[in-house]
Amino acid sequence: MSTTTTPESRARGKAPAGERVADWADGRLGIYSLAKANMRKIFPDHWSFMLGEICLYSFIIIILTGVYLTLFFHPSMNEVEYHGSYVPLQGQLMSEAYKSTLDISFDVRGGLLIRQIHHWAALIFVAGMFVHMMRVFFTGAFRKPREINWLFGFLLLVLGMFTGFTGYSLPDDLLSGTGIRFMEGAILSVPIVGTYLSFFLFGGEFPGDDFVARFFSIHVLLLPGIMLGLVVAHLILVFYHKHTQFPGPGKTNKNVVGMPLLPVYMAKAGGFFFLVFGVLAAVAAIATVNPIWSIGPYRPDMVSTGAQPDWYMGFSEGLIRVMPGWEINFWGHTLVLGVFIPLMIFPLVLAAIAVYPFIESWVTGDKREHHILDRPRNAPTRTAFGVAWMTLYFVLLVGGGNDIWATHFHLSINAITWFVRIAFFVAPVVAFIVTKRICLGLQRRDKEKVLHGRESGIIKRLPHGEFIEVHEPLSQEQLYTLTAHEQPKPLELGPEVDENGVRRKVKASEKLRAKLSKGFYGEESQIPKPTVEEYKEITSGHGHH
Amino acid sequence: MKKLSARRRHPLAALVVLLLALACTGGLYAVFAPADKAQADETAQSLTIEEGKKLYTVGCASCHGTGGQGTSDGPSLVGVGAAAVDFQVGTGRMPAATSQAAQIPDKPAVYNQAQIDQLAAYIASLGAGPAIPTEEQYGPEGADAAKGGELFRNNCAQCHNFTGKGGALTHGKYAPSLEGVTPKHIYEAMLTGPQNMPSFPDTTLSEQNKKDVIAYLNAVNGEETESPGGLSLGGLGPVSEGLFAWVFGLGALIAVAVWVAARTAKAKKS
Repeated sequence: MSTTTTPESRARGKAPAGERVADWADGRLGIYSLAKANMRKIFPDHWSFMLGEICLYSFIIIILTGVYLTLFFHPSMNEVEYHGSYVPLQGQLMSEAYKSTLDISFDVRGGLLIRQIHHWAALIFVAGMFVHMMRVFFTGAFRKPREINWLFGFLLLVLGMFTGFTGYSLPDDLLSGTGIRFMEGAILSVPIVGTYLSFFLFGGEFPGDDFVARFFSIHVLLLPGIMLGLVVAHLILVFYHKHTQFPGPGKTNKNVVGMPLLPVYMAKAGGFFFLVFGVLAAVAAIATVNPIWSIGPYRPDMVSTGAQPDWYMGFSEGLIRVMPGWEINFWGHTLVLGVFIPLMIFPLVLAAIAVYPFIESWVTGDKREHHILDRPRNAPTRTAFGVAWMTLYFVLLVGGGNDIWATHFHLSINAITWFVRIAFFVAPVVAFIVTKRICLGLQRRDKEKVLHGRESGIIKRLPHGEFIEVHEPLSQEQLYTLTAHEQPKPLELGPEVDENGVRRKVKASEKLRAKLSKGFYGEESQIPKPTVEEYKEITSGHGHH
Repeated sequence: MKKLSARRRHPLAALVVLLLALACTGGLYAVFAPADKAQADETAQSLTIEEGKKLYTVGCASCHGTGGQGTSDGPSLVGVGAAAVDFQVGTGRMPAATSQAAQIPDKPAVYNQAQIDQLAAYIASLGAGPAIPTEEQYGPEGADAAKGGELFRNNCAQCHNFTGKGGALTHGKYAPSLEGVTPKHIYEAMLTGPQNMPSFPDTTLSEQNKKDVIAYLNAVNGEETESPGGLSLGGLGPVSEGLFAWVFGLGALIAVAVWVAARTAKAKKS
């Protein structure tokens, strides 16, 4: 395509500068074919498809502000005496890391604002990833061919959590130091190797002089590097798979209805970046986050009440706060179950949501591609599982903040802890059952609407005195949207005897699969959607019902 | 001196020496003895005690016993000192509505300062205890707020939070927020250890230390404390920050996303 500059056009004088630059670049990068292939890429419009963008833009903002902070932060644990601007810490001994964070907050131009944008953006970044993941989950967007991208996204969430953890630990303040101590305790609880791991990480006894420098490398180099790579891979896959869309008239599994990347979507996305930046900057200008100056420098002999991690680590705090302090002693060794069990449950909570897509595809035996999203009500078992998982997560967050709940709702902290212990097992089950019932109820409502129309609220009196409510029939588009979803049949075990009449051995996993499949698609898990015959029978002739 | 040496063997000499010694001891005692007993006018003091006793009989005796000896509903007040009375009644914790609650909360004081002083004088007369501190003891002169911060984080933050915003204790008990508590009452609380709080007598936390702690609280949790980063969100740490990030941060961004998504170049319907 670099041949666009024909002799004729040259004869009319030089091509415009922009065209020449583009030609030059195309000869070396092949941008014309790239642009041709991607400029008309279509993106569907829905606010929930922009949650991922919120994450992407906060991530970029975190990197930009983070670079500024590294210019002034000293990742060192050398002890120094403070003589800066903040009077209530004058003359106190502290690490250089803490002192430089104080200096960023009080003596570096724009330092406090940048620090607060960085921290607020981090909190919102992880929250955005959480909501984005839930959107993908509840609409079934993780189904084939997007399972790998689901895993990339999940990894980004986990890495985001740990990048956040290593980040807020860097200032070496009393709150984050308590968090590191918490982590050290969890590592020490690992049988046999715990002590070695702890010594390896901290370069000796806790706290040592090493961890700030080590966490700094992990926080600014290792984890963001991996995350950046994953983000790129995530986006490439979004391009490659094309975006999913909600069901509706004109939308099929083979098309994407929306706006082209250029110019509409590019303008929107570019504008949205600045809107996200603006909101984050406004939040950072309005509210304090992590005021390390009031928290004080870390000393292992000090601790404060209300010591919680940032919200995304809150569920691990909950696990440890509500766990009874069990321990086993044998032959002079102690197994601290009170810490070790929560440490083991921590990854399981996260993994439960990560592996769900694979369990679902195994149970349903569905190997087809899906580009049309499910409405959550039309997948009651999946929706119920998602809500149960979120309930568990929230219950653990309550456990992690049990002291704040106690003081602000005038409750006993012991009562809250016991509530969480019981709710940890009971609440997800209740949430599952309730959500499933609600989904089925909504399916019935859809069926009712399709067959009988929308309740108009108009009451009509018939000549013989009867009152009826007039139902308005739905439009063709609405009818399509409400009935477009498919309703799979549960998998059958198949005949127990083969064609020769010999009993076939049915594996336990097959039985389980058939049972689960019945749970997903059995009579109790979906309301049969209205058929054409039903619709015709009801709407033919008699005007109302 | 001749006169003195001549009379030193006088029969009454021993008596005179004794009287002088007594006067001297008494005088010295009067000068150096604890202020609450020696300096006050004898009659005024006993009047105050008398008034305090009357107030006590009406408002306190039902739980603490007629002579302050305590009952099953309230502890003995013998030896708790005037400081404890000034704190408990001055912060409204006493008189308590019930002794059955997990903890007795502070509320608007029922008695005025003159009455509290009378009550304090009466309770102090039951047995020796810490006196009400003077302004010189809890005032800001000569206090080191940074040192106080270190002491606070070491001794107080476990229950009261980094800057005295309060925290939870077991079974519905709590360490109250120290916001708006007067320096005198903070000093008295450290001195007497009300309810679940341990006491920090001068042997544990010297007068100067207490002064430093009060100066620190005044700097980080006082009326003139500035929050350089904007809204302090209660000073409770990551829990309130997380809530704010979700509700206002992500909430605003989602609102913006809905707005952007709603504004689109739609194809015209033919």
